[in-house]
Amino acid sequence: MVHAFLIHTLRATNAEEGLCRVLYSCFFGAENSPSDPQPRSAERDRLLRKEQMLAVARQVESMYQLQQQACGRHSVDLQPQSSDDPVALHEAPCGAFRLAPGDPFQEPRTVVWLGVLSIGFALVLDTHENLLLVESTLRLLARLLLEHLRLLVPGANLLLRADCIEGILTRFLPHGQLLFLNDQFVQSLEKEFSAAWSH
Amino acid sequence: MERRMEKLIRSMTGELQRKEGLGEVGAEELGRLCARVSALLQAEDWGPDTLDALRRLFLIVAATKYSRRLEPACVALLQTALRSPRCPERLQLLCAAVLREMAPSDSLSLSCGQAQSSWQLGLVASVLLAQGDPQQVRTVGQRVIKVLLESRQPEGRSLTHLLPVVSRVASLAPDALPEEQTKALSKRLGDWLRYASVQQGAAHTSGGFFSTPRARQPGPVTEVDGTVATDFFTVLSTGQRFTEDQRLNVQAFSMLRTWLLQAGPAHPSATDADDRSELEGSTVSVLSAASTTSHLLPPAEWLREKALEYCQRLLEQSGRRALRKADSDLQKACLVEAVLLLDLLCRQDPAFLYRVLPCLRALRARLCGDPACARALLPVARFFLRHGEAAAVDADAVYQHLFTRIPSEHFHSPMLAFEFIQFCRDPLLLLGSNLDLLKTSFPNLFKFLAWSSPALTSEFVALLPALVDAETAVEMLHLLLDLPSLTAALDLQLRSSQAVSERPLWDISVRALGCLEALRDPQAQGLFQHLLRAKASGTTERLTPLHQLLQPLASCARVVQCAQAVPTLLRAFFAAVTQFADGALASRLALLLLERSDALFQVEGYEADVHRVLSSQFPALCKLHPPLVVEQAKELVEFVGSLGGPSGTGYMLTSVVWAVGEYLSVSWDRRCTAEQINRFFEALEALLFEVTQSRPSAALPKCPPQVITVLMTTLTKLASRSQDLIPRVSLLLSKMRTLAQSPAAGPMHSEGDLGAVRTRATELLNLLKMPSVAQFVLTPSVEVSQPRYHRDSNTALPLALDMVSRLLEREASLLPG
Repeated sequence: MVHAFLIHTLRATNAEEGLCRVLYSCFFGAENSPSDPQPRSAERDRLLRKEQMLAVARQVESMYQLQQQACGRHSVDLQPQSSDDPVALHEAPCGAFRLAPGDPFQEPRTVVWLGVLSIGFALVLDTHENLLLVESTLRLLARLLLEHLRLLVPGANLLLRADCIEGILTRFLPHGQLLFLNDQFVQSLEKEFSAAWSH
Repeated sequence: MERRMEKLIRSMTGELQRKEGLGEVGAEELGRLCARVSALLQAEDWGPDTLDALRRLFLIVAATKYSRRLEPACVALLQTALRSPRCPERLQLLCAAVLREMAPSDSLSLSCGQAQSSWQLGLVASVLLAQGDPQQVRTVGQRVIKVLLESRQPEGRSLTHLLPVVSRVASLAPDALPEEQTKALSKRLGDWLRYASVQQGAAHTSGGFFSTPRARQPGPVTEVDGTVATDFFTVLSTGQRFTEDQRLNVQAFSMLRTWLLQAGPAHPSATDADDRSELEGSTVSVLSAASTTSHLLPPAEWLREKALEYCQRLLEQSGRRALRKADSDLQKACLVEAVLLLDLLCRQDPAFLYRVLPCLRALRARLCGDPACARALLPVARFFLRHGEAAAVDADAVYQHLFTRIPSEHFHSPMLAFEFIQFCRDPLLLLGSNLDLLKTSFPNLFKFLAWSSPALTSEFVALLPALVDAETAVEMLHLLLDLPSLTAALDLQLRSSQAVSERPLWDISVRALGCLEALRDPQAQGLFQHLLRAKASGTTERLTPLHQLLQPLASCARVVQCAQAVPTLLRAFFAAVTQFADGALASRLALLLLERSDALFQVEGYEADVHRVLSSQFPALCKLHPPLVVEQAKELVEFVGSLGGPSGTGYMLTSVVWAVGEYLSVSWDRRCTAEQINRFFEALEALLFEVTQSRPSAALPKCPPQVITVLMTTLTKLASRSQDLIPRVSLLLSKMRTLAQSPAAGPMHSEGDLGAVRTRATELLNLLKMPSVAQFVLTPSVEVSQPRYHRDSNTALPLALDMVSRLLEREASLLPG
């Protein structure tokens, strides 16, 4: 089961200014723990959830940085891409790691992540999921979000277009359900989405 | 373009920071925005202004981790908008998103009954499920499944909005759904899986003047390789447009495993037997594959039967050559899912096994020959693990291929590495008969670790206790210490073997021109192959020549990352090995530590880190098997002698010398002779002279004071056991004390260090004035660690020491001058 989907910032190295920030997060699971003795307040739950998302984002960022470092790739070396070329998503760095119980979720979870330019996408899942499906879903979501939010065009503001993100997630990851979509199915769903959004 | 992206992100995060930083002012702005949104929603203005306002509202509510209070009127209007029939999709999505962001919230008055279409029901459900209330989850689940089952005619895309909700409820609260409806849904799922239309969806004809008289007939669906579909519709069937039942087919398959696991039938249970007995007198055979009689199967078994047929069809379809790359990726994902499902089905109904095994055997043969499908082999291996008794031969073949071939060829793929190690941690593997194969394959497994150390270190720390074995422990320790050189060797292997057109997997920032040339030497090649071996060989080789060859690669970031992970792994290794190591193994490992402490691959900071760990493990090994100090006396004397002069950090020397002092005595090993003590004494004495000679050049590293004090203490300990050495030691100690007081030592050591040396020398000198007390203090028998020793007022050590010091003071005060 998919527990969360998040979009966050990625810095190429720790030396860059700024912090890791979660730009968008969607929580599908629930940290139900009937054994928790303390009375759960709504505030505390929400705060906990946000902190958990941030913890995941930070870990993804450090994994990304270590992987880039290990490949000998630094952002200054990357060849500038023209805005016409589609972002080479099948070559974008990706990886997976496990979160131990308690750190930060109560149960052990797996995180699968994908880094595209300065944006990271991550899915938080149960252990023992079909990671091939997760990986292809993540690439698909990243492609759709980058294209439809037109992040490559200056002036587009990701944060202010949450309706677009929600629209994509509703069709391609409804209620956190991973879908087995072949290419033509994706195209037909995408056409519907574009049609609904152009009104 | 990169720069523009970065600037863009920075400006976005800047805006976020500003929003978060607003305290009181933020509340005002929020209030104004709420009022604006309320006004717009009240007026049912569904134009761009509302869109803009809702977007801003979402941003403010979502951007901070502390919850924001929205006006109750605003919240009520958001909920109304969700239920309105005319509100466009975009705005409804935003309203739902804002309400979800505020969850958990008490001021929600939404309920499922208010939704007017399945689309709205789906949205409302998403808001309610986000509240985190188990009761709410049950209510939503029950309502949605009821709507799903009662809906007679799918209008638009109705049911596809609801199936994911049911799946989610089944994951969150498996017992929330009533049994009757669960069964009914299982039957429907089976129908959707098996009997979806095989014709493509019709195009919406736009009508008008130029529409063709005959509506264009949509053709049949196709396979991913372009041929016409040969059997029923599955997720791997394609077409221009898709019908409603085809979409349901896709969703049903996507949720199938969750459904079967959580809410579906666990096994042929009593309730199923009841269903069967209801069918008048029919002897339904569970093993029957004929579709005519399967209509009479109870829902649980109906679904399982259809799932089996679907999986078998997928296995066949996944062997085709897809025309598009995305489809070929999907084929692999479907393959994995199908195998996982078959595994589950066989677990739930063991009678399926004899039907499933032939397909899996064929699949195994196909996958072992295809390098692109390495990841898909893991669930096949798991299947054989679980159902292995029926197919022992196949299981062995899979494991052989898995452990000997896959890591060597695919160590550089981070996702495969992760999944592989997860597989290795499966309890069934660790408890099964293939554990030996796993243990002897550790060199191959370490390749994953050497290449992707940040992601896999914690996994290996958990896995090591299962891998460590008395027979392979020595070889494994060598390989752990050589792990950074393994990383460098793998990098070099990729450079030499990868085709030029492929994207380089090695570190492109480091050039290694000379290394490839140097590798042509046969001796180097032999060591290289040994390092890259796939199985434990039982032999150890001195890799120092190879270290020199690989030196240019020592600055690779990947090598440095690996080197940083090694200390953690060493600790995990020793924690595991000390659980079962016997005396002989402890001895061999201790010697290994000494031997390797100066034969490490030279990566920055690596030697110091490793020394720190090894220096704490050496005494632990000695403690495990104290006689080892006596058994390995010759080697230890050589080690001490060879470390003439201060070198490096002195960690290893300190711990070896301390261990010698502690365990070189008759009480630990009866074979300890006075001659051995003398030999050690001389070696240590020489070393002490060496390290404390005043050095004219300040370039040499100063000797850490711990080394000096431990040498003094050990010499004293040895003297207390062989008492004719006492005069020599006393002389030595007074010399040390004088040296530590002299101004010449000043520039080399700090005042604190010199003070420590002086104090220790004085204490030891005092002790030696009463030899029997010295012996008691410095060579305590084993019983001293018992609490009785310290509670009994006649034998307690502190009292004895106290008495000694008082006697000495009195003696000193009686002396003239």
